[in-house]
Amino acid sequence: MEIGLIHYLIISGILFSLGIFGIITRKHAVMVLMGLELVLNAANINFIAFAKFGGMNIEGHIAAIFVIILAAAEAAVALAIVLNIYQNFKHVNVDEVDKLKG
Amino acid sequence: MNLITIAFFFFAALTIVLGAVVVFSRNIMYSAFSLLFTFFGVAALYVLLSADFLAITQIMIYIGGILILIIFGVMLTTRITGVDVKSGTSGKFQIGLAGVLSMLIAAALIFVFITTKWYLADSAEVVKTADQIGNELLTNYLLAFEAASMLLLIAIVGAAFIARKK
Repeated sequence: MEIGLIHYLIISGILFSLGIFGIITRKHAVMVLMGLELVLNAANINFIAFAKFGGMNIEGHIAAIFVIILAAAEAAVALAIVLNIYQNFKHVNVDEVDKLKG
Repeated sequence: MNLITIAFFFFAALTIVLGAVVVFSRNIMYSAFSLLFTFFGVAALYVLLSADFLAITQIMIYIGGILILIIFGVMLTTRITGVDVKSGTSGKFQIGLAGVLSMLIAAALIFVFITTKWYLADSAEVVKTADQIGNELLTNYLLAFEAASMLLLIAIVGAAFIARKK
């Protein structure tokens, strides 16, 4: 049995929907962030799979690198915001953080 | 079944199962450590796709950087010593609805993936990608490269500014 494009695409599809499920259901802000990382990883698997099988060659790798760069920047800023929320509210449940100024 | 196939299925199962543990676990520290192995599985899939530079980047940035940040975030915002390490979820109805929604998304994605006739190029021979990526980044993608460096600088300054004590 030859491993082809479809196998990698199916893995990324499953990983993507797991990430979406985590983002929707969890209350803890850090858990939402973890679901987001799963979604970004799923997108990256697609980029690399098409780079190998779909003739995208090195352009797919470049796109994946920029996704990783954006994920790093996003994680740093998001964690800073989470720490700030914790200082103000003493919890980080995203559905109870509803004051702009308080 | 040759060795590549066995390795593929092993790492695919590792990625999916531990990704599920990340999402379904009640304990947020278990989620963080499962995320570690999910990232390892994805890096191994990159290796199987002959993307050596991306695999190293995945391990260094995701596992060495983002995961450490996430674990710091967990430890700074939950009381580890108490019983409060649990991460709450929404009610039963919302969880059921979210499960149905994400199953629908997965089914639609997999249906599209299987039924589409993808253009398949002739598989090129495996070469090392690091020098090609370096050449592309400093010629065709120079503007995006510089913009990314500015973005990282701004993100670092902004994160330090937001997180400081008042």
